[in-house]
Amino acid sequence: MSRENLINAALLLGLAMVPLYAWAMDEPFTITLATRVAILALAGVGLNIALGLGGLVSLGHAAFFGVGGYAMGILASHAQSYTPLMEVPFLIEGTKSMPVIWITALAASALAALLIGVLSLRTSGVYFIMITLAFGQMFYFFAISWPAYGGEDGLSIYIRNDFPGLNTLDPIQFFGICFGLLLLALWLNARLARSPFGLALNAARQNAQRVETVGLSPFRLRLAAFVISGAITGLAGALFADLNRFVSPTMFSWQMSGEIMVFIILGGVGRLYGPVAGAALFITLEHFLGGLSEFWHIYLGALLLGVVLFARGGVIGLLAGRKVAHD
Amino acid sequence: MTAILFIEQVLNGLQFGVMLFLMAAGLTLVFGVMGLINLAHGSLYMVGAFAAAAVAGATGSFLLALAAALAASAAAGALVELLVIRRLYDRDHLDQVLATFALILIFSEGTRWVFGSFPLFLDIPDYLSGPVTLPGGIEYPLYRLTIILTGLIIAAGLFWLISRTRLGVRIRAGESDRQMIAALGVDISKLYTVVFALGAALAGLAGAMVGAIQSVQVGMGEPVLILAFVVIVIGGIGSIKGALIGAILVGLTDTLGGLLLPELFKLFMEASAASTTGSALASMLIYILMACVLIWKPQGLFGGQA
Amino acid sequence: MTDPVLTTHGITKSFGAVQASRGISLSLNPGEIHAIIGPNGAGKSTLIAQICGGLAPDAGRVEFLGQDVTPLPTRKRAQLGLARTFQVSALAMEDTVLQNATLGALGARGGPLGLLRNALRDQGLRDKAMTALERVGLAGQASTVTAELSHGQRRQLEVAVALTLSPRAFIMDEPMAGMGTEGSHRMTGFLDELRAEAPILLVEHDMDAVFALADRLSVLVYGEIIATGTVTEIRNNPEVRAAYLGDPA
Repeated sequence: MSRENLINAALLLGLAMVPLYAWAMDEPFTITLATRVAILALAGVGLNIALGLGGLVSLGHAAFFGVGGYAMGILASHAQSYTPLMEVPFLIEGTKSMPVIWITALAASALAALLIGVLSLRTSGVYFIMITLAFGQMFYFFAISWPAYGGEDGLSIYIRNDFPGLNTLDPIQFFGICFGLLLLALWLNARLARSPFGLALNAARQNAQRVETVGLSPFRLRLAAFVISGAITGLAGALFADLNRFVSPTMFSWQMSGEIMVFIILGGVGRLYGPVAGAALFITLEHFLGGLSEFWHIYLGALLLGVVLFARGGVIGLLAGRKVAHD
Repeated sequence: MTAILFIEQVLNGLQFGVMLFLMAAGLTLVFGVMGLINLAHGSLYMVGAFAAAAVAGATGSFLLALAAALAASAAAGALVELLVIRRLYDRDHLDQVLATFALILIFSEGTRWVFGSFPLFLDIPDYLSGPVTLPGGIEYPLYRLTIILTGLIIAAGLFWLISRTRLGVRIRAGESDRQMIAALGVDISKLYTVVFALGAALAGLAGAMVGAIQSVQVGMGEPVLILAFVVIVIGGIGSIKGALIGAILVGLTDTLGGLLLPELFKLFMEASAASTTGSALASMLIYILMACVLIWKPQGLFGGQA
Repeated sequence: MTDPVLTTHGITKSFGAVQASRGISLSLNPGEIHAIIGPNGAGKSTLIAQICGGLAPDAGRVEFLGQDVTPLPTRKRAQLGLARTFQVSALAMEDTVLQNATLGALGARGGPLGLLRNALRDQGLRDKAMTALERVGLAGQASTVTAELSHGQRRQLEVAVALTLSPRAFIMDEPMAGMGTEGSHRMTGFLDELRAEAPILLVEHDMDAVFALADRLSVLVYGEIIATGTVTEIRNNPEVRAAYLGDPA
């Protein structure tokens, strides 16, 4: 087992043990913090497929996070008010079932990613960054100005959605769900990275011309990566909304996009478990520094600046040393 | 809807556009010359607005406030360039994005720490307040008209600077070939600091001028920054002309879209639904404009190869 | 005589005032090595880019296997069996040699790429990639990271990736550049055999290699082919000697 694998295992174990300990000590707030870490890490794992594997610096992933959140908010708000979403041409009712909401969130954010991807992947580099940021902002303003689902005020969902066989109102059980989905996404990301698709995508990141001369399309590879990436971040959005029992346009904000990216860089770019380490560090800092100073973002900014300028490997890089070559 | 209202909105769109131009011009110069994407440009806009509000509050002079905005944002720009930005020129765009995102956090929270969370207000001076009557009997706020004229004068000045002065020659040389200007004996790091401070000053001036119409508060810069990005995507990276035309297009589209779309929907929808649908769609209009430009010309209207 | 595999008909391309290709017509016949020589800046790379699809000609056509491929992008031409090696190595430098070769095998297989299977454990892909690496003599370096290869080895890997495509024609842009004497000697021997598999359009500066290998030679000067013929014909062509070899006519 390499040092990085050891760190990854310790990271997952820690993320699982902290809430279990808090559960035993009856500290539900700590469980909620750990749940936030798991969900935000999931959003980061999603972005990492585009960013780490595909080299696509998307500053608009809040769009997918928000679409996932609103998929949950819209379905659950209709279910709690017993009004159907639409009646013509066919009846669609709201739902409180998590699996149905997840599938909807995955599909809706995949569709959003497809639309944004088709347009923004026509360009590259700085253009791509600016365009994804702009499209993210488009969703934000649309959510604010569309009054049907709360507009600027957002939507409150009174009771957490259901999962068959589990009591989702119990913090530790909801944490279990989120943690399970995070593991699934990490597994998927690891498989993707080694798959023929991942091999070609990774090559397209390094040399698009090479990929084209063997008869593959870099555009399609990137688009597929962007869609998978957006869908996973969208799923995280649905869980985040369920955790807070609230969705609002701030899920679409550019700060959100920035934060998801910050998880990746804090953890370590190009590392499978980077988002997990980054999200854990972020939430820990928010909790402790936020308790010390109202202006904790200054310290976060300074830390981030330090990592970017002097410690590119992030937390995992510091602990595991230089990245070793692929197998 | 009357013709007068329409013309008024066109002028509002122009005013919005020239302000966006001041933001976009700095961004596009910095990208063109140094190859750097700077998310913290919106923070410099905010610095200008706060400096102006603070000085106006202390002295009561609007002109001094504008001078303070220019000086503070240029100084902040130069400082940031010297301390952080110059370490980023050789880095990839991801590093630039993250480092300048970190700068936003530091600037925003730092400003909140110094000035508090409540918005400041910057008053329009007496000699610029009140309406002025334009040909055709249209009454329009003098201050907004002044903004439009100032913006256009600065645009003309920038074109002159780029095409006629020694600094402009160096900037253009820097865009095409960094080694060459180093070979010409130009102190490249000084040039970069100057260009960055110039862009910062333009942003700060925009912030101060807009600050007198809207409130001056933390976080005011980033929405404008993102619109400036839309402007650059439409106009093409590195092109000042593209930035000007893109900015005015975006300004007009946004202002007129908000006015015309609800009216348009009223033709076939009942009034309240038309106004909600219309204004929701209007909020997306400039991004739709950007999408259309991307389909038509991925490098922007005046862009070369990226 | 059999039909040529690849033909260009009057390819013309200008960049502003510079005419990089002036009505270039040439053909590549089955089983031959057709070398393109010419001074630097003669427009060889521009010509190759137009044949392979990176650049669209202003006028003229490219025909491959009897099909007009002028409107097709690089990717489609590669799928038809046009394999290219680059003057400046275009490889995934962070990846291993085997991964680079596997990428070629993936492209050759076509169809949807797998999302969940392990690419390097796919026996079909692996065999194809390893066979190609063995043929160019890089099998021993399969798990080396590409960035650590010497320039000559990168050239070999370029050729190996092209081999995995089982192409109908090779377009090689200076495959010997950066190789030592021994390396280019081995590459010469290898290309000599390779022509039986698929014809090679070869751009090369190493004149010993060109004269040893080429069935036909075309001389490109200022975007124009001034002569085409066998090695002997070209050597004795006074116009070529004047324009290219620098002799007074």
